Amino acid sequence: MLEHIELFFKSIFIDNMVFAVFLGMCSYLAVSKKVATAVGLGAAVIFVLAVTVPLNWLLDQYLLRDGALVWLGPEYADYNLSFLSFILFIATIATMVQLVEIVVEKFSPSLYNSLGIFLPLIAVNCAILGGSLFMQARDIQTLGLALNYGVSSGIGWFLAILAIAAIREKIRYSNVPAPLRGLGITFIITGLMGIGFQSFGGMLTGGGEEAPAPVEETTAEKVIEKKEIKEEIDSKDVSYNDAINK
Amino acid sequence: MALLTKKDASLITDPLADNNPITIQVLGICSALAITAELKASIVMAIAVMFVLGAGNVVISLMRNIIPSKIRIIVQLIVVATLVIVVDQVLKAFAYELSKTLSVFVGLIITNCIIMGRFEAFALANGPWRSFLDGIGNSLGYGVILIIVGFFRELLGSGTLLGYKVLGDPIAKTGLYATGYENNGFMIIPPAALIVVGIIIWVQRSRNPALVEDN
Repeated sequence: MLEHIELFFKSIFIDNMVFAVFLGMCSYLAVSKKVATAVGLGAAVIFVLAVTVPLNWLLDQYLLRDGALVWLGPEYADYNLSFLSFILFIATIATMVQLVEIVVEKFSPSLYNSLGIFLPLIAVNCAILGGSLFMQARDIQTLGLALNYGVSSGIGWFLAILAIAAIREKIRYSNVPAPLRGLGITFIITGLMGIGFQSFGGMLTGGGEEAPAPVEETTAEKVIEKKEIKEEIDSKDVSYNDAINK
Repeated sequence: MALLTKKDASLITDPLADNNPITIQVLGICSALAITAELKASIVMAIAVMFVLGAGNVVISLMRNIIPSKIRIIVQLIVVATLVIVVDQVLKAFAYELSKTLSVFVGLIITNCIIMGRFEAFALANGPWRSFLDGIGNSLGYGVILIIVGFFRELLGSGTLLGYKVLGDPIAKTGLYATGYENNGFMIIPPAALIVVGIIIWVQRSRNPALVEDN
């Protein structure tokens, strides 16, 4: 339970997809001119991440990592197919994005029209592939944690694009030096926001200590606020884990 | 017959300045920002992208008449993923330490929008030789920005270039450090990259007002 909470806040604030590792910058810059489209794309990113990260976790666990094929029999225990992960991960992502596109078009044509070209472009949003690759690189242990990681890093991305879209709507009325208008000022604002997000770094360690201390009292209040969301995720975890055990 | 006609040469020179993939086309930002804390990583990344984009552009251009347009994104992703696996394995074999520094960002070349952007905008409509030049030109333009950002971040942040102490020794207080200079730790943290790129854009657009956007 504690590790879920820790991962949740860590992925949203400390390892924020946009401000800490710069993933998905292209669509972040291209789609953040209006709050409404930013919200649509952000929601789609959360959904695709929540689906693809656990799926790719299963692929990694039972197909790709060193010795993962042992369930086929002892003679397969030496295989290490991890060099194939890029191609399998991107195939999963492209398939899921195609699926999402079909489902959205069928059930909510209005949302489909408002997202337009950006929906297929999610496939080449590096935040999505980055989510799966970081899941692999950081050695996330259970399917529940992988789901948590997908959802929470999606929320982090959503938060970032929402914030910059709101700022860009306001900055249109201010007197920015001409050569900085548009792209330049957006870069600098993102940099300043990134510096702000750096201060979250002390949130789980208690301000610079190396060993990750238990969640601090100061963050406990925020934790309670988010508890409802967490419980929802956890109930999903249980069902996922059960499915695997069977 | 010259190897490069004037029109072909512009394919290489345009992306270096007025049609730069990073500062003008806004493609491939993620890696430009994330791995530029050291000059060495920037250079290796630029070379990797040059290989993938050059070879990928040629492959896509050769196949452009037989790819059904509905599944072209998946075909493109497969081509890029294959090339990136080659790069990743070569790096792991010959520069293991560096491949650890670059971590997932080699894999993220697959989703680097420069690659898909050039496939869509150029290779699907042009012959192999022109596509190859376009790929080289754009990855050079990308590499130039990466190297400028990496140069300033490493020089001002750690006082080194490619690992050599060019400003003197910060602990023994030699060279520039004897005058009271300190390394600027701000340049090491990720957000500094955004601000450096922002300044590059500022300089570039001040020199060429035709590029200025209207908010």
